This record gives sequence, structure tokens and C-alpha cells, in this order.
Amino acid sequence: MATETLTLGKALNTGLRRALEHDQKVVIMGEDVGKLGGVFRITDGLQKDFGDQRVIDTPLAESGIIGTAVGLAIRGFRPVCEIQFDGFVYPAYDQIVSQVAKMHYRSQGKVRIPMVIRIPYGGGIGAVEHHSESPEAYFAHTAGLKVVTCANPQDAYWMIQQAIASDDPIVFLEPKRRYWEKGLVELDGPLAEAYPLHSARVARAGTDATLLAYGPMVRTCLDAATAAAEDGRELEVVDLRTLSPLDLTAAYESVRRTGRCVVVHEAPGNLGLGAEIAARITEECFYSLESPVLRVTGFDTPYPASRVEEEYLPDLDRVLDAVDRAFRW
Amino acid sequence: MAKGDPGVTTRGRRAAPRAKRSAAPAGGNPELVQLLTPDGERVESAFGPDGTEYRVDFTDEEYRGLYRDLVLVRRLDAEATALQRQGELGLWASLLGQEAAQVGSGRALRSQDMAFPTYREHGVLYCRGIDPIMPLGLFRGVDQGGWDPNEFRFNMYTIVIGAQTLHATGYAMGVHMDGKTGGDDGEAVIAYFGDGATSQGDVNEAFVWASVFNAPLVFFCQNNQYAISEPLERQTRVPLYQRARGFGFPGVRVDGNDVLASYAVTRHALDNARHGQGPSLIEAYTYRMGAHTTSDDPTRYRIASEVEAWQAKDPITRMKAFLEKQKIADESFFAEVDEQARAESVHLRERVLAMPNPEPVTMFDHVYPHGSPELDEQRAQFSRYLETFEGSAH
Repeated sequence: MATETLTLGKALNTGLRRALEHDQKVVIMGEDVGKLGGVFRITDGLQKDFGDQRVIDTPLAESGIIGTAVGLAIRGFRPVCEIQFDGFVYPAYDQIVSQVAKMHYRSQGKVRIPMVIRIPYGGGIGAVEHHSESPEAYFAHTAGLKVVTCANPQDAYWMIQQAIASDDPIVFLEPKRRYWEKGLVELDGPLAEAYPLHSARVARAGTDATLLAYGPMVRTCLDAATAAAEDGRELEVVDLRTLSPLDLTAAYESVRRTGRCVVVHEAPGNLGLGAEIAARITEECFYSLESPVLRVTGFDTPYPASRVEEEYLPDLDRVLDAVDRAFRW
Repeated sequence: MAKGDPGVTTRGRRAAPRAKRSAAPAGGNPELVQLLTPDGERVESAFGPDGTEYRVDFTDEEYRGLYRDLVLVRRLDAEATALQRQGELGLWASLLGQEAAQVGSGRALRSQDMAFPTYREHGVLYCRGIDPIMPLGLFRGVDQGGWDPNEFRFNMYTIVIGAQTLHATGYAMGVHMDGKTGGDDGEAVIAYFGDGATSQGDVNEAFVWASVFNAPLVFFCQNNQYAISEPLERQTRVPLYQRARGFGFPGVRVDGNDVLASYAVTRHALDNARHGQGPSLIEAYTYRMGAHTTSDDPTRYRIASEVEAWQAKDPITRMKAFLEKQKIADESFFAEVDEQARAESVHLRERVLAMPNPEPVTMFDHVYPHGSPELDEQRAQFSRYLETFEGSAH
């Protein structure tokens, strides 16, 4: 099996290329996705090789991107839409929530919207406002949508292809601060045999406490686990991968063994994914818990100016501080 | 498009044999394409603002067919309004007054064309050959209007104002990408919306998209003068059809109470689209004779004399006057149409009353194409909960 070291961004690019080759109905559309290859170069070279009917530079209007993609999907296409930055998805919110998410339900199964909405999300790149947000809860709250996020190049390569092949409308969140991180990617093999899209995975085994994270925070939690090991604590890290539907099977199993759980995400804590996860773990693992499920999240503020974002974002120290609190309970 | 384009010559089996020139100057008023005056006088041809000549050449049978459509859609619509008043529908959005715009444009569609309606295009739906019972589940509340757009070449109703214009645009882009434009057998798409929708971002984005991608699309705006209570003046300072020019495609205003002109203008625009000549905007100038929906009270925001003035421009009255004057139809024909309308309405009513309420657990169906273990579990829990009630049938 061919294995290459790729950045997460290049893995996405390679996965998109393979999807375009595999299915003539796949079209990529968004702002600057053509000649420029996207502001993060995720679609680099694709318009050159597949033409401007398959990789479409759209007018600059997000509702238009998603709304026209709905029409293309009704026509039988599989649109892969790029929203340039997390903070620019809101003009498309109505189309995503009222149209994309509900079309299959309203039509009693007669219309499918096999659309992928790619969104680079999260902070940590020193950007100006509206370029560092984590909007996952808005979409995970909406029935009819699925929401996934990758944390490493291997998952990026396979999950983007799985999302495109899926008949569900999928919000595909890309951890933009991790675009340049490298990892081994197995490039060959059938899509059907790849690790399932809507399944969590244990990223690091441990025995003393469970860290639940997704997207950009998986790397942070792995670093925290490495540091904790030096202090003699073995932390288990679960990469959730799918935010809707949530797959907490691995989390329940882990928490029943460790008795302690910390959920980590960049998005604000109030009504974030961590709240739902904590509620479910409390229901499922009540008698195993040695302490409440704790959360390490962004604060309940707008995303701050970039010179203070390192303080806003959960980091290794804040994660370990929460682990300490769980042990002190 | 070339000046003097005949528009609908494909149906021209008889060149307007009884047509008269209207009193207006040759070509009439370029601000309003009209082929049948409110008095039922035929205008041989009319010119749009870009010089396009519009005419229709129908057989007597076809004229009678259009009249039949107008009467039927009005009668069925009245039946739905009555059903709402009697508590059998939760809501109804009446098309009263807009029959000609809908029948004219609906009959202009060819079988391969695709329509994207709002929630008021019951007349277009009828002209697509669709059973008028189909949208009533939505208004009764037993479903959400779930039909297959591709089966009927008629998208599901869209209630969010203007959202469907983007869907139509994307669909039309797909037609182009599939290589289905460029000949008489090409496909065209029509997007319906109202005057209020023209203020929506989605509609303006659809204009931009359709223009730059040269989409085979007709934007059909029924300007019925009101967006619930807000008059046209709150949406625009220029005639709506003139907006098209700024987006880079032609716009025309047609008398939306004139079924012949509505047909001619729409057929022309659709044929241009299917031949790869891109989008256009039709403003069908009409009037919402009834309320916005059955929940609305128009007496709070408009005066009776205005309604009376539009009553004098009624689309059915003028068509009937034309058929009578030209001796295309007689009393027995009108009586037969009325009887058909009555019978179809009775049939519609019977079937609405027979619509069963859905089983509660069906609310869990079809959220995702391939099911959901999480929702299966919620459904099972809810079923067990229902079973705890004494005498539960569940």
C-alpha cells in the first residue's frame, strides 16, 4: 500500500482530486477555488486538471454558493462547496439550515442533497476577526445535517472522500491551524474499507483519565497526554471525528475504565458540544464517574483579537489543569 | 434577441384570424405587454421594451383550453379557501386574481422544462398536469409537501421567501453543464417569486449567478402589488422588470391578468433560455385579489376602491368576453366548464377530508437517507412511552 508523508492540507487536496476522478457528478464550487486554488490552496491545481465546469469559481456570496448547490444536487450533482472562512458561513445559514438540512425530510425521502460544505475553522493562525471561529454547534444542533472534522492527514484524505460519497449533507470542518502539520497517509485501497466516517477513535490509549477532543484540539490533547505521562499519569485521548451524529461508544467505554473525563474544544463552552457530551456521559457512566465531566473550552466571549488568542484557546496547560481538578475532586 | 422574433410560431396554426389592433399606438405600451385588453379585445401583437414582438396564434380549441384552465384553477383555489375556513386546512395561500399569470406561464412550459414555485403556484402546478391534491397535505398539516421534483418537473413548494430562486439557478447551471441547451429540445428552468422577494438577498444573488453563468433560466416575478401588507413602494423605486438590465439580462413587464400575453412572453423567454441565450426576467403585473393567506386581513392595509379597480381587469372575465365576442365558445361550453370545475372541486374536497393524520412515530422518518441508529432509539423510546398510556393503540 502506497504511503506518503503529506500535510493535512495536501491530504485534503489529494482526497478531493481522487473524488473528482472517481465520480463525474462531483463539482467543487466556492470563492477563489479555481486558478488560485483556494486561499489555503486546498483546491490547488484541480481546476487546471478538471476544468472550470467541475471546479467553479463562484460570485462572492455564500448563500448563493449553497443555494445554487441545492439546485445542482436536485439535478443529480454532488457539490462540494468551500466556505472560505468559518466566520463567513453565516450568510449561507438559512440555505444550510432551512433548505439543505430539511430537503430529504420534507420530500419524504424523494430528494437527496449529497452536498459537502467544507469550512476551514478554528483559531490559532493570528488572523483578523471572523477568521478564527468554531461554529460547529450551530450545525450539530440541526437535524438533517451531519458534521464531521478531521484531526490528521490520514483522516483528512479519507474522510473528505467518504463525505463526498455520502448521500447526507455534511458540514466538513477543517482545522485550519493544522493544515501544515504532516503525517503518514495510506493513499490506496477502497473507500469502503476506510475507517468509518461517523466513528470516534482512540488516538492514544491510557488508564487514568479520558480526554475527549476533535479537530484542532486532538493534537493539543495528545501533547497534554505526553506531558502527563512524564508526571506518571496515563491519559486516554479519544478523537471524536464525528460531531453529528456523535459517536460516544469509545468515550463511554473509556470513561467506565478511567472514571474521569475532560472534554476539550475551542468553541465557547456555553451550549457547546461539551455540554451535550457531558450530559450523555453522565447518563451513561454515572456510577463509574469519580468526578464530574469537566470542560476546557473557549470563553463565552466573541473570538478575541489575535494577540490574545493564545490565552483564549485551550492549550496543554489548561487541559492538564482540568485533569488535576478532576483528580482533586 | 432579434427584433420581430415571432415568439410562439411553433403553435401558429392560424394567424390570429379575428385579431384587432388595439386603440393604443402600433405595438401598444412597451411598459406593459398586453394581447387581450380588460374588455376582451385582442391585440394582434405587442412589443417589449427591447423591441421584441410578442404574438400568439392559437386555435379556437386552444383558446377554450386556456379559459378552462383559468376557471378550474380559480374554482379549486376557492374550494381550498373554503376548506380552510371550515377547519380542514391549517392555512391556504390563495392565487385569486393571479390565474392568468400562472396559467399563461404554466402552459408555456414544455414537458422537459423545470419549475421552481413559491407556495402559491397552484395554477402552474395544475398546468403541469399534477393532481391538485398534491400540495394540500402541506396546508392540511399531514405532510410537508413531499413530492419528487424530478418526477413532476415541478419542485416542492418553498416557503422561505426567495430561497428557491437560487435552487432554480443551480439547477439551470446543471442543465447547462449537462449540455442540455442549444436546441428546440433543450431544457429551460423557470423560477417563480413575488414582488416582496425581490428585496431578498437570495433573489439578487440568483440574478448575479444566472447572469454570469448564462443559465437557461426565466425569472418569473408575479408582482401582485403586496408583500402581505407592504405595498410595492416599500420594495422598489423602479419598475421591477427594469432591475434585470443592471444584472445584464433582459426584463419585460407583461399584463399578468392577460393569459395570452403571459403565455407569449414566457414562451419566448423559455425558448431563448433553452437555446442557450441565457436568463431573463418577466414581471407579471397583477393583483392579489384575496388575502396574503387565510391568516391575513387585507382590509387593514388597502382600500376597497383599489380592489374594485383591479376587479375590472379580471383575467377570466376578459377571456370570456373575448370568446363570446369572437364566437369561439357558447353558453353550453361555459356551462360545461363550470360543471367540470364544480365536479373537480367536490372530488378534491372528498379526498382532503379522507386524508389521514400521520402516525406520530413517522416524524422520525426520512431525517437521513440511510437512517439513523440514534433516531431509531428515540423512536423506540417514544413508542414505549406512548404504550404506557391506558388504551393506547400504539
